Amino acid sequence: MPQSVQPSEGPELVQLLTPEGERVEHPDYSIDLTDDEYRGLYRDLVLVRRIDTEATALQRQGELGLWASLLGQEAAQVGAGRALTGNDFAFPTYREHGVAYCKGVDPVTLLGLFRGVNQGGWNPHDKGFQLYTIVIGSQTLHATGYAMGLQRDGADGAVMAFFGDGASSQGDVNEAFVWSSVFQAPVVFFCQNNQWAISEPLERQSRIPLYERAKGFGFPGVRVDGNDVLAVLAVARAALERAREGSGPTLIEAYTYRMGPHTTSDDPTRYRLAAELETWKLKDPIERMKAYLSRTGIADHDFIEQVDKDADELAAHIRAGCLALDDPDPLTLFDNVYAGGSSLLDEEREQLAAYLSSFEGAHS
Amino acid sequence: MSSTLTLGKALNEGLRKALENDPKVLIMGEDVGRLGGVFRVTDGLQKDFGEDRVIDTPLAESAIVGTAVGLAIRGFRPVCEIQFDGFVFPAFDQIVTQVAKMHYRSAGNVKLPITIRIPFGGGIGAVEHHSESPESYFCHTPGLKVVACSNAVDAYWMIQQAIESDDPIVFFEPKRRYWDKADVDPSATPKSLWDAEVVRSGSDVTLITYGPSVKVCLEAAAAAETEGRDIEVVDLRSLSPIDWDTVLTSVRKTQRAIVVSEAPVYASLASEVAARISEKCFYELESPVLRVCGFSTPYPTSRIEEDYLPDLDRILDAVDRTLAF
Repeated sequence: MPQSVQPSEGPELVQLLTPEGERVEHPDYSIDLTDDEYRGLYRDLVLVRRIDTEATALQRQGELGLWASLLGQEAAQVGAGRALTGNDFAFPTYREHGVAYCKGVDPVTLLGLFRGVNQGGWNPHDKGFQLYTIVIGSQTLHATGYAMGLQRDGADGAVMAFFGDGASSQGDVNEAFVWSSVFQAPVVFFCQNNQWAISEPLERQSRIPLYERAKGFGFPGVRVDGNDVLAVLAVARAALERAREGSGPTLIEAYTYRMGPHTTSDDPTRYRLAAELETWKLKDPIERMKAYLSRTGIADHDFIEQVDKDADELAAHIRAGCLALDDPDPLTLFDNVYAGGSSLLDEEREQLAAYLSSFEGAHS
Repeated sequence: MSSTLTLGKALNEGLRKALENDPKVLIMGEDVGRLGGVFRVTDGLQKDFGEDRVIDTPLAESAIVGTAVGLAIRGFRPVCEIQFDGFVFPAFDQIVTQVAKMHYRSAGNVKLPITIRIPFGGGIGAVEHHSESPESYFCHTPGLKVVACSNAVDAYWMIQQAIESDDPIVFFEPKRRYWDKADVDPSATPKSLWDAEVVRSGSDVTLITYGPSVKVCLEAAAAAETEGRDIEVVDLRSLSPIDWDTVLTSVRKTQRAIVVSEAPVYASLASEVAARISEKCFYELESPVLRVCGFSTPYPTSRIEEDYLPDLDRILDAVDRTLAF
């Protein structure tokens, strides 16, 4: 068996807020926000976790076929999502519910895919947020291409490609690294290293820390504490700014932990120890922000309570919205296969319509 | 004003037109820029349109197509060149899982007007992976449209029409016909990209074919004529969707059909054509639909490829069999 190569933390980990909620300085990265902005980040973290909790509950109650939980990765996603500005475009995996939230995607529209009524209910062009991509790593090439488009348009913007530790082994991800480097494309590769690719630990993907791979491709890599929303925000902002300035790609490895199963179909007790989860609970992204806000007096008890109420309201909205997502009409299965239509599909649609109508008036 | 062009040069002229007409059109692939492509199809285009529009890419087929997806989302119309048929498979995942499905899964919000050019077919004495006919894989994939040109005139128009299409199109080019010439008139009105064409009219048997095999079928028809046999030849042009009206009208007239293609016969596009004819023309047919195709083997070594490829004699043998039935 290969030796473990990943220290859980090391000198290279960018951190601005300790698990205990204390601010610390870093030589290369700093952040200075208004009190409103600090409170806003806390609210984001709580609401994003609530989206996840509610969707998991809906799956357990049979309203969703599947859910991919982000539990534990809230700070990584909110930090990255809030670093994105209006002109930036994000290419997610299927777990970026927190980034979607930051990009203004109504959480209800995230559920369509998992309920089986559509394959992504939002318009990527309106949100600057591409549909979820399930094939591992494919979207990193799309992000690179979009970034090359920004270059050709002379547009002021950057692209963020999301992927995980498992995807770092994919050919497409490595090709995306080569291309973005060669063309100096304005793309930031945001890898959430949540330690597990379903059942496979990081040691099965890499002999070296993932962020170190960037060097071989010719661009900088940085490892950030993925449970520290302030550090992630600072690192992501710097990388996006670097991309916009024309200095090319950056690889960010957000070091975090998938506290839940891979999806609701998974059983992590088969492959990892409960003690590991307990260790990571001590590094919870929300608790440390709450401790920081309370200790510094940036937020009082009333604010914390109000955020919880907002989360309750959001959960109610998600629940009601989910239950209102009706099954599509069967004949819509032929819609939008092609932009320009197809004589073959016209014929098949007629056949299915005739077949279905043959049951009309029949006794059920 | 028409001019005599090789099929390769006609593609080159068509690509030039597309680059001139729409600043969003890009060409990307291996060796397409400075070299002008290994078959010179993109010759001179980088010089005239610049390195940002005619892009020499790293050697990574999945990325050629995968980045084209992102460029298309951004509003560009990428034309990807896959250098040889056998090299498309590293890009197969992006084509099948991403390109083909994006319009569908986005409920029409995301259009991917990508053209993927692939030189295909054998007969040039090449080493392995350079002579294959992978079109059936793409015809089997919903969300893609697939076309194949067979002559210089079609090459000139079809490449422009494919680039103008809002759907992703896999564009097959018959590599052993790159040097075949025809008169191309840029002021003419082109046929629809989706129409099949009766390239030779006849009454005894219909040969249904496409790409490099069109010429072989026309030669077979000419040879059969000396024996008093009147053979019709249909060039499908669009492989997905297929212009069934033209195909079925022809077969109803001749009552006999043979499908000719270089691709391995088993579970191929030719099989779909044969099945559809059998289903739709059952009462009009005088004999079973035959297929004259590549054998169900990997593409053979060049010294015996002539035995693999459907040639004039194998087609005439099938004509004999269908008329004798």
